[in-house]
Amino acid sequence: MNKQSNIYTVIYIIVMVVVVGAALAFTSMSLRERQTANANADKMKQILASVKIAADVDNVAELFNAHITEMLVVNSKGEVVKKGDANDMAIFNIDVAKEAKTAEAERQLPVYKCVLDDGQVKYILPVSGSGLWGAIWGYISLDDNGSTVYGAYFSHASETPGLGAEIAKDDFQDKFVGKQFFVNDTFLPIKIMKSGQLPNDESDYVDGISGGTITSKGVESMIDNCLRPYEAYLRNLK
Amino acid sequence: MAEKIKNKSVLFNPLSKNNPVIVQILGICSALAVTAKLEPAIVMGLSVIAVVAFSNVIISLLRNTIPTNIRIIVQLVVVAGLVVIVNQLLLAFAYDVAMQLSVFIGLIITNCILMGRLEAFAMANSPWPSFLDGVGNGAGYAIILIIIAFFRELLGSGTLLGMQVVPQSFYDAGYVNNGLMILPPMALIIAGCIIWVHRSINKDIQD
Repeated sequence: MNKQSNIYTVIYIIVMVVVVGAALAFTSMSLRERQTANANADKMKQILASVKIAADVDNVAELFNAHITEMLVVNSKGEVVKKGDANDMAIFNIDVAKEAKTAEAERQLPVYKCVLDDGQVKYILPVSGSGLWGAIWGYISLDDNGSTVYGAYFSHASETPGLGAEIAKDDFQDKFVGKQFFVNDTFLPIKIMKSGQLPNDESDYVDGISGGTITSKGVESMIDNCLRPYEAYLRNLK
Repeated sequence: MAEKIKNKSVLFNPLSKNNPVIVQILGICSALAVTAKLEPAIVMGLSVIAVVAFSNVIISLLRNTIPTNIRIIVQLVVVAGLVVIVNQLLLAFAYDVAMQLSVFIGLIITNCILMGRLEAFAMANSPWPSFLDGVGNGAGYAIILIIIAFFRELLGSGTLLGMQVVPQSFYDAGYVNNGLMILPPMALIIAGCIIWVHRSINKDIQD
């Protein structure tokens, strides 16, 4: 057989693609369950990180069930649309990145209600947006007055190490603690400012990252875009 | 007997005298990227060993059937397929490490060591020597990664595999971690030092 002929080459490619495709599909299908479990555990870990509960792979599900007493879905009018416990996967799996792109009135807005060891109630809200190079996301926990930040957690897909990637460090996240979302009864999302500058309204603000301006601005617009629809719900908490 | 000696040199030459990183200077970019901590460096080393060894075997088995004009494409598809499988396995069994290595597992595809070994060795040799060649070259790469990561994590973070090895009393006495070690340029400088030491010992490979 002529191995250099066009027909041989084309058949060779087709067979190769089918075989490789089948192998990849098989691997993906057989590992899917474990991967989802890992991804869920990772998400739980991040949610807990926003209320300063450190978890690892082994105890994360246990801690999550112990602390997250309720998961809610609210709408932009502040009404509770759906209620579930910590095992309600339908609420847990809401894709915040996708919701953040739809119109505010149509969004499903998840709220994770968390009870700490000392009985304090915190409300954890997910945020999602984009930084300089790729996706950024996080969780912000508020006190039961619906305004004061208790803790914040941010992560990113591919921001520059040492610059934009600093949003994932405690140094940056800790600056949010104690900031307010309601100033004089007006809802004003927290701003990220270059150090030395002040916001042009009464908003509470934190200092951005030097050299990470676009990522810092990304965090600001992410908080603005994702938390604005919660205004009515947070107002009811006050 | 002669066959035995040849296989041995195929396996062990890439560890030192013909090391892909410090002698052939291949695969440097990933060596810079994943060596800030020891654990990802070890996982990356093992992943590359697995991918080079198995792609070498597969290409070696297919070498007489591959049409010459699409051989590079065939090699790429085999490597890409294996890399995706490795990535899937890591996501299932070592999620944290997979997150740390992020794009670099995918970038194994572009690691010049792979295509180099496939084109130069597997296309012309039978499966068993190809397997040994793959393991040898992968291990040569892994060793350098681990040496670099050892120094970077020890001096940069004071830890090894995440465990603190520099005693707290040192910090109390004013010792500070070297932040420069975490940054990519130090990986190049350490690689340079390794090459220096290596060439001083092996005078025959000095230019």
